[in-house]
Amino acid sequence: MTDPLTPVLTRRWQSPRSWSIRTYEQLEGYQAMRHALNAHPDQVIQLVKDAGLRGRGGAGFPTGMKWSFIPQGPRGAGAKPKYLVINADEGEPGTCKDIPTMMADPHSLIEGCIITSYAIRANFCAIYVRGEALHCIRRLNRAVDEAYAKGYLGRNILNTGFSLDIVVHAGAGAYICGEETALLDSLEGRRGQPRLKPPFPATAGLYASPTVVNNVETIATVPAIVQGGSDWFRSMGSDKSPGPKIYSVSGHVERPGQYEAPLGTTLRQLLELCGGMKDGIPLKFWTPGGSSTPLFTAEHLDTPLDFEGAAAAGSMLGTTAVMVFNETVSVPWAVMKWTEFYKHESCGKCTPCREGTYWLLQILQRMVAGEGTEADIETLLDVCDNVLGRSFCALGDGATSPITSAIKYFRHEFVELIAAQPAVEHPEQLADLVGAPA
Amino acid sequence: MTLPEGTPESYGPVSGPEEVVWEAVVEEAGPASPVFDELTRQRSKEIIARYPQSRSALLPLLHLVQSVEGHVSQDGIRYCAEALELTTAEVTAVVTFYTMYKRERCGEHLVSVCTNTLCAALGGEEIYARLSAKLGVGHEGTAGEPGAPGSLTLEHAECLAACDLAPVLQVNYEYYDNQTVESAEALVDALVHGERPHPSRGAPLTDFRTASLELAGIFDDLDRTVEGPSVAEETLRGALLAAERGWVAPPMPDAMPPLPAIPEKD
Repeated sequence: MTDPLTPVLTRRWQSPRSWSIRTYEQLEGYQAMRHALNAHPDQVIQLVKDAGLRGRGGAGFPTGMKWSFIPQGPRGAGAKPKYLVINADEGEPGTCKDIPTMMADPHSLIEGCIITSYAIRANFCAIYVRGEALHCIRRLNRAVDEAYAKGYLGRNILNTGFSLDIVVHAGAGAYICGEETALLDSLEGRRGQPRLKPPFPATAGLYASPTVVNNVETIATVPAIVQGGSDWFRSMGSDKSPGPKIYSVSGHVERPGQYEAPLGTTLRQLLELCGGMKDGIPLKFWTPGGSSTPLFTAEHLDTPLDFEGAAAAGSMLGTTAVMVFNETVSVPWAVMKWTEFYKHESCGKCTPCREGTYWLLQILQRMVAGEGTEADIETLLDVCDNVLGRSFCALGDGATSPITSAIKYFRHEFVELIAAQPAVEHPEQLADLVGAPA
Repeated sequence: MTLPEGTPESYGPVSGPEEVVWEAVVEEAGPASPVFDELTRQRSKEIIARYPQSRSALLPLLHLVQSVEGHVSQDGIRYCAEALELTTAEVTAVVTFYTMYKRERCGEHLVSVCTNTLCAALGGEEIYARLSAKLGVGHEGTAGEPGAPGSLTLEHAECLAACDLAPVLQVNYEYYDNQTVESAEALVDALVHGERPHPSRGAPLTDFRTASLELAGIFDDLDRTVEGPSVAEETLRGALLAAERGWVAPPMPDAMPPLPAIPEKD
């Protein structure tokens, strides 16, 4: 049985100047890189497969398998240059784990990039950081400079014959660029709009070459896996969702913050760690992993928060961005605010998402203003049905999650909004009628 | 309405179009504005050289022109197009897609208030409303003469990824955590009067144009600006609680285990 908290990624965050290479190396940094670079790249891929590491960006795709899809060999796609792209465009509402990681411990990401690039035989790696994370961009640039100065980046790293360049690339304010193919288009200097898949980035990614796109937390975990081995990694979490995970608890709790715990931790356990609900006001609804993951309620307090547990309960693990809302918050209002976000961030490429998010917002704003009708609830569900699974990428799907789950658990709140409206069509006209001659 | 006689076939065999040479309808206004001086050109070359393909440098170059002019102007668009051998239409399409490229000249500082659901539930909407009323501007409006000392551009932002520190706002993309209406007002007052209160985390506050230069990947003084607090109390809560209770991850083996053998190919 593991402890309730298992600091692995967060273990260096308390150290003075934790972001400097000096502190990082004092705390065993860059040892894993040496170990990995002495092995065959395929051994590194096998290790990550054995460890069962799954992507921390939301989808939970097995990382080792993703790496093994990169074609290798002297002919065909294998002969093209390969690229590693780090998705550091953290922007999913509620998600706030990658920015503290890059701010406090950028070298764990850089070391992970070196090991991963070696495994997939990439000689160029781009870290696509959200533009609004300016201090992370400084820290990463400094970390890259320090790694070059030590000979951990550049040509012929530590005389292994392996060469790697890393560039830190700032985004410019577009949530959609967290979608991996939109990110690649953006990195190529275009509007960040998703691409049709297939072909997948593994065969035709950056510059139409084989590319791995991984999240920050995923790659920052890799050095620890090399250090501890797959059995050690699997001693935390569950069989299908192993390892530690940063749970970002925010909202109406006493002590919001970053809590690194084994996958499968429940909200009840997280609430104990963060001191319970703020001022004792009861829980109403929460998200397991950002606004794109369907809402949960108090009945899901004991749902294990791993990939399988969240899915079995009708949601998704997402980014483990646990946003907690108490009884004072109106569900239709919260859903309207999230829909404003999706409408703003829809890239406009596909019709279901562009038009759907627009009309969903119109209806929700009308309802929250007390001008909704009975038919609006069905219209919302109908529009969601035409967006979910019919959009080009997952943004459209995500936009429907808060709405459909809110109606599923809190339909009465939407109905009450309607009940609150006056029975006459235009109440303001009543005033004119009062005192008017009969 | 008169229809042409015959059918398309009667005009003779269908052939491909002749090679079309496009001529610009509007004459490009020569080399871009002289505000983009030799230093900017040098920096542009440096940025372009970082990437395997030059077009990847477009986003950083747009941050660069924004650092020169305080927004992305038509001149800035032309400059980027020339530098990367793109059309101005291609560059414009990109500029208008991203919210961080401002088409109007910004104030000395850009104040971004998160009004996404979680921050809004904890007071972000009131903060935005109060600042908007105080400054007398709406979304992307600028109080004061743009670019002049003390001028501020206000915007409401989507989730700024600091939800454990909600409600948050940013000035020139530096974080000010756990805000209240009063603290936000005090911050704005200070900015208007030329003061630069230190952000909750990160480097000392500069101005919007300096921040844009850093976003382009140009750092004049990284030794100094890289310093500053990394973490807030909230960031460390899990780690501190674990230390207090003696909770740790399972111990790693004393020596790094050998990597697994490569499986036999089927």
